[in-house]
Amino acid sequence: MLRIVEPGLSTTVQDTGRYGHYHIGMPPSGAVDQYAHRVANFLVGNEADAATLELTYTGPEVVFEEEGLVAVCGADMDPSLDGEPVPTWTAVRVAAGQTLSFEFATEGARAYLAVGGGVDTEPVMGSRATYTLIGVGGHEGRELEAGDELPTGATETDGLEGNSVDAAHVPDYGAETSIRVVMGLCDYRLTEDGKETLLDTEWTVSNEADRVGYRLDADVDIQGLFVEREQPFGAGTDLTNVVDLGYPVGSIQMAGQPIVLMRDAVTGGGYATVGTVISPDRSTLAQGRSHETVTFEPVSVEEALTAREDWTARLDRLREELLG
Amino acid sequence: MFVELSESMSFTANFKAQAITKEVRARDIPGIIEVAPSNASYLLHFDPEVVHPDTLIDRLRDIEAGIDLTAYTWEARVLDVPVLYDDPWTRETLMQFRERHQDPEATDLEYSARINGFSGPEEFIEAHAGAPHMVTMVGFVPGLPWTFQMVPRDQQIEVPKYVQPRTETPSRAVGFGGAFTAIYSVPGAGGYQLFGRTPVEVLDVDQQLPAFADSMVLPNPGDIINFRRVDREEYDRIRDAVEANDYEYNIGHIDFEPEEFFEHPSEYTDRITEVLD
Repeated sequence: MLRIVEPGLSTTVQDTGRYGHYHIGMPPSGAVDQYAHRVANFLVGNEADAATLELTYTGPEVVFEEEGLVAVCGADMDPSLDGEPVPTWTAVRVAAGQTLSFEFATEGARAYLAVGGGVDTEPVMGSRATYTLIGVGGHEGRELEAGDELPTGATETDGLEGNSVDAAHVPDYGAETSIRVVMGLCDYRLTEDGKETLLDTEWTVSNEADRVGYRLDADVDIQGLFVEREQPFGAGTDLTNVVDLGYPVGSIQMAGQPIVLMRDAVTGGGYATVGTVISPDRSTLAQGRSHETVTFEPVSVEEALTAREDWTARLDRLREELLG
Repeated sequence: MFVELSESMSFTANFKAQAITKEVRARDIPGIIEVAPSNASYLLHFDPEVVHPDTLIDRLRDIEAGIDLTAYTWEARVLDVPVLYDDPWTRETLMQFRERHQDPEATDLEYSARINGFSGPEEFIEAHAGAPHMVTMVGFVPGLPWTFQMVPRDQQIEVPKYVQPRTETPSRAVGFGGAFTAIYSVPGAGGYQLFGRTPVEVLDVDQQLPAFADSMVLPNPGDIINFRRVDREEYDRIRDAVEANDYEYNIGHIDFEPEEFFEHPSEYTDRITEVLD
């Protein structure tokens, strides 16, 4: 069992997501950085879909009621165990009663704390992912608070202690962030110059960048990117409006500013969507901090499929190495 | 994969989206993870390692070619949704956000009535509650239905969204934007004009109300909603029953035939509301 002493800024139970309910307006939720989440699980002997804790900017203070194996991947929050620094991207043995604590993230925005056996809260609709808007999944459907106690599962972790991944597999969150995008959806609403502006602009991650969406700022007149038209019936009067439609996770909607929808996405609405961030790069974007800059790089569907296969193959190899 | 069937809203586009997505589900195509119909479009989430997008496009073209709306019918649920129009809660909210509105001097109802050529809110409410609305999409947040009124195009109400969205909307608010009425399932931001509030829930996460035994969400695309004007006394009575988890929704059924509806809309919608009596 894990006991939360201090909750941190925003700590939730997350996994690989809850699927099959998009049509009732339920987004998948789950870890927004699936790479760090999955590697953390493999390090402690779990499968990819075990639940971890997603820590945002400032991690929690956690007491382990039993001995076990833990790993912290993702943003660098300088974890320490009873005050002694512990390595990240490494499986670390904790003794019963020890306390894990974190500093403010120096690079990246989100870290994942995996425990051997996984965080074992009750699944809701097939997933332990927390979706706070309507309060489902995770621990009571909400961000963790001081005093919360979370059950952990049982697993064989003998021989895994000290396991770590090569530096080559540890992302550099401080690097320039280029995010690959498949243009499409309603991008016919943009002029050719408008598309170029979207792709050539250096966007700044705003203060409103969370699990629902990343709002991006720049000195760009969004209306000016759109093709003038008489609005079709039902769309609403603004040039950026369309007849309300479904928004894919990862899509860029042009609601006064570009908003990239993340895993707690609103599932539909009346703003034009103009492209979709490819799945591996959503993990990268999720580590983007407010005030950091990102640029978009257009790729074809085939290039996106190849990038996805490479990402999956890389994680499969890490799983093979770490879990055998 | 996003398929936009039409840039403008119409029942034809919506019924087509419903028919295609129903067939996609029925064919149980390997690799399909999500199937979400929307107003005049639909969205699929698929695993490209199981089904290549080009293969999927071919299959969707094949499905679309086989859709015959004249033969397409379904058993529609008809839901009675009581509404306290011009209620104190949405009125308080809308008054807080006048500077974000096209017409800061009027209420949302007064503004919407005027730009649609009605004499005032009374006549406007009569029109809004006067014919049923079909659920054409569910989403934004869980349980929120978009509904499109079942009247000929020249009688459709059209109202722009707020100039700048509000940061607050009460739950169960009945709002209007573009050509759609929405029921806000949870409190939150919103840009639709606020007309009233319903005492009934459209989302029950814990599934305590009897109507939610199968799903935490009540409305589905293809359902028909009859917004029925109620007074404060009836609103309170229904709300008390909902909060005690013993409210019985008034739900009827009809075999919905698009062709019949297109040919005789007014007679057909009268028959629809009769199933609630």
